[in-house]
Amino acid sequence: MASWLLKAMDLACQKAQRTLFEGVSFAVPAGSWLHIEGGNGCGKTSLLRILCGLSPAAQGQVLWPAAHTPDGAGGASVQRPDRRALHYIGHALGLKPDLSACENLCLDAQLSGLPLSRAQALQALAAQGLQGRAHLPVRVLSQGQRQGVALARLRTSPARLWVLDEPLVGLDAEATARARSLFQSHLDAGGALVMTSHQDVQLQGPGARWQLGAKAVPA
Amino acid sequence: MKLFHYAAPHHFYRLAGRCAPWLAALGSVLALAGLWLGFMVAPSDAQQGQAYRIIYIHVPVSWMAMLIYLAMAFWSVLGLVFQTRMSGLMTRALAPTGALLAFLSLWTGALWGKPMWGTYWVWDARLTSMLILLFLYLGYIALTSAIEEPRRSDRAGALVALVGAVNVPIIYFSVKWWNTLHQGASVSLTQSPRMASVMLSGMLLMSLALWLYAAAVALWRVRSLILARERHAAWVQQLPEVLAQRARRAGT
Amino acid sequence: MRATPPPVPSPWLAMAALLRRDLRLAMRRKSECLGALFFFVLVAALFPLAIGPEPATLRLIGPGVLWVAALLASMLSLGRLFEGDHQDGSLEQMALSAAPLTWLVIAKLGAHWLISGLPLVLLSPLLGLQFALAPEALAMLALTLLIGTPVLSLLGGIGAALTLGVRGGGVLQSLLLLPLCVPVLVFGTGAVDAQMRGLGAQAHVSVLLALLLASAALGPWACAAALRLALE
Repeated sequence: MASWLLKAMDLACQKAQRTLFEGVSFAVPAGSWLHIEGGNGCGKTSLLRILCGLSPAAQGQVLWPAAHTPDGAGGASVQRPDRRALHYIGHALGLKPDLSACENLCLDAQLSGLPLSRAQALQALAAQGLQGRAHLPVRVLSQGQRQGVALARLRTSPARLWVLDEPLVGLDAEATARARSLFQSHLDAGGALVMTSHQDVQLQGPGARWQLGAKAVPA
Repeated sequence: MKLFHYAAPHHFYRLAGRCAPWLAALGSVLALAGLWLGFMVAPSDAQQGQAYRIIYIHVPVSWMAMLIYLAMAFWSVLGLVFQTRMSGLMTRALAPTGALLAFLSLWTGALWGKPMWGTYWVWDARLTSMLILLFLYLGYIALTSAIEEPRRSDRAGALVALVGAVNVPIIYFSVKWWNTLHQGASVSLTQSPRMASVMLSGMLLMSLALWLYAAAVALWRVRSLILARERHAAWVQQLPEVLAQRARRAGT
Repeated sequence: MRATPPPVPSPWLAMAALLRRDLRLAMRRKSECLGALFFFVLVAALFPLAIGPEPATLRLIGPGVLWVAALLASMLSLGRLFEGDHQDGSLEQMALSAAPLTWLVIAKLGAHWLISGLPLVLLSPLLGLQFALAPEALAMLALTLLIGTPVLSLLGGIGAALTLGVRGGGVLQSLLLLPLCVPVLVFGTGAVDAQMRGLGAQAHVSVLLALLLASAALGPWACAAALRLALE
């Protein structure tokens, strides 16, 4: 198993001729979390999209572990990993409003190449507190419930690196506690988490908080 | 690599500034020579009289309109393969000239058609293909203007130019086939029984002149595009023309 | 937590899942899909109203009118192709999925054709009757539309992806696409004309098939490249 899951080297981002941030470098070891903070418009979402390989960085590069070789040794690679290794949830949650929560989960798993039975999907939704809502179309769910469906996807995902953009938006106290325990168990099992949030996450274990501004500094 | 030295906007700006005036001057000289040959020296055509002389503008303009699209496709391939920013800017600089020449080709074709065949527009294979080429140019210009983000705009434009370039031969042959089927003995505006060598040299001179003109105008235009794209860069702020402009504005 | 990630999945499962998803979504929003179909019928009905009901004239213009109406109806339905996925974030998930984006694009374009193109093909003989076309001409019209509408979907995918999220996207898409659709139009109507005159239409149909193969080979790749650009 690779001991690190993400390395950012000297990343810079420009939007509309303005430099949002530059010189961002960090590594995310397995079992650790990274909480990126900053004011509105400072580039948190842009940074996450660069880390997922969706947007190109103006400078610098991102490294992920190379595909695992049989003897377990890895290496660095600039080849962006797919859903089997990296799971991204952005602001737009990636849920189809006209499909039910259960259908969304099953479809999503098939896009990852993993079959998911309805029972497993319902179980994941129940663990997120959505047991009565699994068969309703997502468009009638509230913001917090939709967030819950997105988080339920994480329970069935094989990915070791989770990159989450504001995962706690709209969640009530109980749902936030469920999310926190989900993240904690993921970290304890050797995964890694990179997230942005305006709230304090309070996760145990090795981790760091980064303040993103014109010059990113560790908080 | 020395070749990529000019891929930096800074160096290309200077190179373009040095080359453009020479190209324009040479183009003007050749145009004068070509026009003199075409309008003064070449004999009048046995069938078409004096009015045929418009082909000295129509044919070179048509050739150049197609050539410029190929040049745009070439720069697009360079841009997609080498990821240089200048390629996108050169493609953009060429597009308006190409569109203008395509429009002129249609215009001169219509002007030729009226005295010769009695009608301004004939659904000739070449004219129809030129019309579609004009639409391809306009589509490229519209798309690159509508996308604000520069990188996406350049790359989307490159894709459009490439897809268009691949399609242009297909479109040309399908229109040609369509034309022969429907029109039968149709008129062909660029057909002449014999091409006297003087007529041919006149057309070649005009084509060369237009090529130089297009290159000069594209280089001038790309300088403006570079300034607009790189206006926050340090080297732009230090340019003599920018400093002079700033001094003028401060003085008034 | 697994020590190694799951093996590379076959793209066919993901494609099948995406196809089923799009069909299911279309079933739940039937009114949107029927809109383009009604447009097709309306436009085809406008021409006899504008030109006159004389059967000889209608027979002459019929194939052309129906082909242009099918083309315009396809343009109309292309706006919806990627817009919804882009807005709710599904497009990002597709770009990050284990299956290559090119394959997923093929599935999406296939679903689009089944929802928007195939109904046009099935409806065209009925509308052809309005234009006093003979049965052989009707059959040839349906055949050329059967081969031609997938080409329109494939080319349209490129246009839709390039103009995703761009203001004025609908008109821009048509401006980009219509010149590229000229060969399909010319050979499609040419085939029906040849059939009506008693000459063979094999050459035309072969060219249409060649256009289909070429656009199927290159279109999805260009479309995926344009989608990745839109996501940047």
